[in-house]
Amino acid sequence: MTDTGIGASVKRVEDQRFLTGNGNYTDDINRPDQSHAWILRSPHAHATLKSVDTSKAEAAEGVIAVLTGADMAADGVGGLPCGWQIHNKDGSPMLEPGHPPLAVDKVRYVGDQVAIVIAETRDAARDGAELIEVDYGVLDAVIDMDGALAGGSLVHDNVPNNRCFDWELGDKNGVDEAFSKADHVVSIDLVNNRLIPNAMEPRAAISEFDRSTGQYTLYTTTQNPHVIRLLMGAFVLQIPEHKLRVIAPDVGGGFGSKIFHYAEEAILTWAAGKVHRPIKWTAERSESFATDAHGRDHETHAELALDKDGAFLGLRVATKANVGAYLSTFGSSVPTYLYATLLAGVYTTPVIYAEVQTVFTNTVPVDAYRGAGRPECTYLLERLVNKAARELGIDPVEIRKKNMIQADQYPYQTPVALQYDCGDIPASFESALKAADYTGFEKRRAASEKDGKLRGIGISTYVEACGIAPSAVAGALGARAGLYESAQVRVHPTGSVTVFTGTHNHGQGHETTFAQLVSESFGIPIEHVEISHGDTDQVQFGMGTYGSRSLAVGGPAILNACNKVIDKAKKIAAHIMEADVSDIEFADGKFTVAGTDKEMAFGEISLAAYVPHNYPIEEIEPGLDENAFYDPLNFSFPGGAHICEVEVDPDTGTTEIVGFTAVDDVGRVVNPMIVAGQVHGGLAQGVGQAILEGCVYDDDGQLLTGSYMDYTMPRADNLPSFSVATQSVMGASNPLEVKGVGEVGAIGSPPAVVNAILDALAPLGVEDISMPTTSQKVWQAIQDSNVRQAAE
Amino acid sequence: MYQFNYQKAGSADEAASAVSSAEDGRFLAGGMTLIPTLKQRLAQPSDLVDLADVNDLAGVSDGGDSITIGAMTRHVDVATSNVVQSKIPALASLADNIGDPQVRNRGTIGGSVANNDPAADYPAAVLALNATVITNQREITAEDFFDGMFTTALEDGELITAVRFPVPDKAGYAKFPNPASRYALVGVMVAQTGGETRVSVTGAGQDGVFRAAEIESALSGSWSADAAKGVKMSDDGLNADIHASAEYRAHLISVMASRAVDAAG
Amino acid sequence: MPTVSMTVNGKSVSADVEPRTLLVQYLREHLGMTGTHVGCDTSQCGACVVHVNGESLKSCTMLAAQAEGADVTTIEGLANGDELHPMQEAFRENHGLQCGFCTPGMVMSALDLVQKNPDPSEREVREWLEGNLCRCTGYHNIVKSILAGAQALKG
Repeated sequence: MTDTGIGASVKRVEDQRFLTGNGNYTDDINRPDQSHAWILRSPHAHATLKSVDTSKAEAAEGVIAVLTGADMAADGVGGLPCGWQIHNKDGSPMLEPGHPPLAVDKVRYVGDQVAIVIAETRDAARDGAELIEVDYGVLDAVIDMDGALAGGSLVHDNVPNNRCFDWELGDKNGVDEAFSKADHVVSIDLVNNRLIPNAMEPRAAISEFDRSTGQYTLYTTTQNPHVIRLLMGAFVLQIPEHKLRVIAPDVGGGFGSKIFHYAEEAILTWAAGKVHRPIKWTAERSESFATDAHGRDHETHAELALDKDGAFLGLRVATKANVGAYLSTFGSSVPTYLYATLLAGVYTTPVIYAEVQTVFTNTVPVDAYRGAGRPECTYLLERLVNKAARELGIDPVEIRKKNMIQADQYPYQTPVALQYDCGDIPASFESALKAADYTGFEKRRAASEKDGKLRGIGISTYVEACGIAPSAVAGALGARAGLYESAQVRVHPTGSVTVFTGTHNHGQGHETTFAQLVSESFGIPIEHVEISHGDTDQVQFGMGTYGSRSLAVGGPAILNACNKVIDKAKKIAAHIMEADVSDIEFADGKFTVAGTDKEMAFGEISLAAYVPHNYPIEEIEPGLDENAFYDPLNFSFPGGAHICEVEVDPDTGTTEIVGFTAVDDVGRVVNPMIVAGQVHGGLAQGVGQAILEGCVYDDDGQLLTGSYMDYTMPRADNLPSFSVATQSVMGASNPLEVKGVGEVGAIGSPPAVVNAILDALAPLGVEDISMPTTSQKVWQAIQDSNVRQAAE
Repeated sequence: MYQFNYQKAGSADEAASAVSSAEDGRFLAGGMTLIPTLKQRLAQPSDLVDLADVNDLAGVSDGGDSITIGAMTRHVDVATSNVVQSKIPALASLADNIGDPQVRNRGTIGGSVANNDPAADYPAAVLALNATVITNQREITAEDFFDGMFTTALEDGELITAVRFPVPDKAGYAKFPNPASRYALVGVMVAQTGGETRVSVTGAGQDGVFRAAEIESALSGSWSADAAKGVKMSDDGLNADIHASAEYRAHLISVMASRAVDAAG
Repeated sequence: MPTVSMTVNGKSVSADVEPRTLLVQYLREHLGMTGTHVGCDTSQCGACVVHVNGESLKSCTMLAAQAEGADVTTIEGLANGDELHPMQEAFRENHGLQCGFCTPGMVMSALDLVQKNPDPSEREVREWLEGNLCRCTGYHNIVKSILAGAQALKG
């Protein structure tokens, strides 16, 4: 055991470069003879492209080329693909209209790509773009889902009623029967507000084409360079992998929004092959708002059947989910298999039925954003459970405890496809109640009341499925690719190690956490380990980083490769020390022969492997460099309890979060410091969704929240210091016993916040409020309640 | 940004004539509004005339019953000025809450007043304190200066050189920020000067900063937070947007006025 | 094109640039100093914060020409060789960064706070950071880092 192994709060190795301004983000890179691009985007949400005249732009000073969708179509460029096929209730496949990278005959959202201008400078490209004359035939836009489903304007001519698919999961008849026997039915209508991801680094890309080798290279702000290479190479541009290198250097946050294969990546790569110059493009923040895939955007009606004592008998859910103008890479999986399969939550609800309709609208595509489906599910369940508690007059703690899956019920088969492998939510819940001093709340409420403030407390208990994904399961559910992960562990002659991982680090601290795994495994200092990621020419393959999968899926791959190294090294050690391999022991970085004082250091064996003199050359090859691919047995299931305490100023409607407690079960913790940091970040995004953030389009499809002037990002003074702790049952579905921590904060927290606000407002008769619970909405809810009560 | 010519002026006269003689000249003070506007290509001036080197435009001077603040005085300097803090603490506190620290390190009172953003803070102070805007050509009273959002009495080439604030008996400012931009969703300044009570509102009005006569009369009768809070403002002429309805803004005017009275003491 | 000269991290520098060149473009594109980042186009995110003549400001909201003759300090100018500045070290010790994109602006902004207020409270730190956005950390460890950095700088 080293002091940099599993369980140590090792300071991050990546920090030195970031803290000194030596990070290497895409926009920091400049290639020889580089040109610059500006993308002309549609100002209309829905319009035909009657003509695009680029002649003036082409003649402008500094402009190298102007290319349009017609040029792309002439070259036979394909559409951007969707990675997950969903089937309708009747078994037919979802409708997948084409998604040309540059619009061909129609634009379908404000920001849709119309043309690329390539010039000597970025300003010259932008100047040139203003000279392109586009004749738009403006069409009615469909923005809200009900309007879209009611027909009228069609986003895609071949998609009737703008419905992408109509999907179901669960036992409809069983649920009907449960409801027929229920003593109580509690129903709720909820909107899960649309969010704009806002990683702090805007998307960027640099493409280049080497005429001597026919090789394309794309630097891009992605969470998964190999996925981009596969999708773009095979499906869009028809460039084989050996002629296409994708590099994701330092990436400034992703949160899901940098998973997807974006149009600009394909446009730039294709264009580099035409102009024979490297091309750089970096989004302005306003372009990020308009064109990064958005998150959430559900409307749901749900009903919970209960018996007379408050036990859950059945759950019925109907959701409409907005997919935007086109199906993004994972746009179809998020509102289905990443959402409805969690509808049991932490409860023993015996029968569940869910139906989900997805709807095309003239808005930017919607796809995975931190949590992806599970926050939507958790928000629904925890609001509904609180409403049931209120209507039945049961304490919100008691109704949860009464229906919660107990530790001895694992593995627990839910009625919606998943089998939870392990967990103990009641234990996390008890810890959270204690840490939040739940029983002392009434005293604090009374103190706040004296200051003229309304105080409330809110609970959320949750489970989520991550560690995406067991490939066979994912495939059975419609994923068009397996979701294993790979690792290569290359021990160098003097004993230092480079690990190549197919996951990608964009803030999660992999360069530290993964090095800890190797430090632990080989008993060597962390300084001797380098983690390499993000370059398809260096890393054999990988599925990237999302769905809290990097440690749960990528980690075991590294561990398995390390074990292969140790197995081989033992054989070399046995030969050199003239012992039987079964007598070789490896601990603390030393190979020893059992029962003797013979020993060799890790570095001595690695040297022997590369400069073999005394070597078992007939039994094993020289070298010490091993690969492993790992596919998990099951998803992993983090869970826990979040408790939020708020003070509301009834004069202004302003909410202040005065306490936030999170107790999460994330399985084994490799680096407690990093785990806490991941939870903090997730909580901030959850609080942001609950109180501050909401994307608004007007009826014409113009984005009203298109900059930080109007989209409310959480700032330091909006948030408290959080009280976070982990209380783990070791994971059962991978050898590291980890579960995943990247998304839990964003999944568990929104209903805790909203339940707290509703608790604060309950004395005024307020029963419902929608996210984001802005000051205005809180104030309006109080006014409406006053009016209602006066009328009664 | 579009292309433009840039020059630094050495004096107010030089600056004014440079702007006047340009095809479409603009003064550049702190640039906190102008530069973002240019970056988004929402304006295309031919020339920017930088006032940074113009002598005597920055600084606070104590005139006894008034203080005069040079146009190029930055928000941070107003906020930390001993003169402002002792004579009109409400003004120091207002300046200390404009934008963020980096904006306060660059932004100037002259730039803010000349721009007359309907959600800016300074116009509320100019109006409630009955200040006088001094230009290179004349003096303009607060009442005459503001002329609807982003519009003022300034003529082409006319440059604000200073703003003179009479010292009030008491004054207070309270702002309810827009949650996203942090500009004033509603900002209210209340002031009592020589028996006159003035209440100004920024952020809320469709025509920019305005005086709230209803609250002025309530406070003239009784200078108390409750009196201000008890006024039910009409929502006629108030802004409505995704952050606040007109009705909510009307309500916030009374609440912020009451808090401003509390702050004034 | 006009020549703009200034001192950056103690070194005299000079470049011919269009008048519309922002200070941040001058640093990143003309001097190749890419530690200062651009995260928005409305002067709100603070990824571009540098010091000009000793005070923090947003280098995306200042023309390079306005910084003629100024003394500019960027994130690249803080460490002494491999030895981090105490504020940088506090961010490392307290896990005050994740993706690192907002970090240069955060550190430069924090240094301006502690020179004006050497012993800030948590609330004062949170309010000071109004002009610096972070999406990764929830600010929890940034605030902790700045409080620790302030104490380290007091010595």
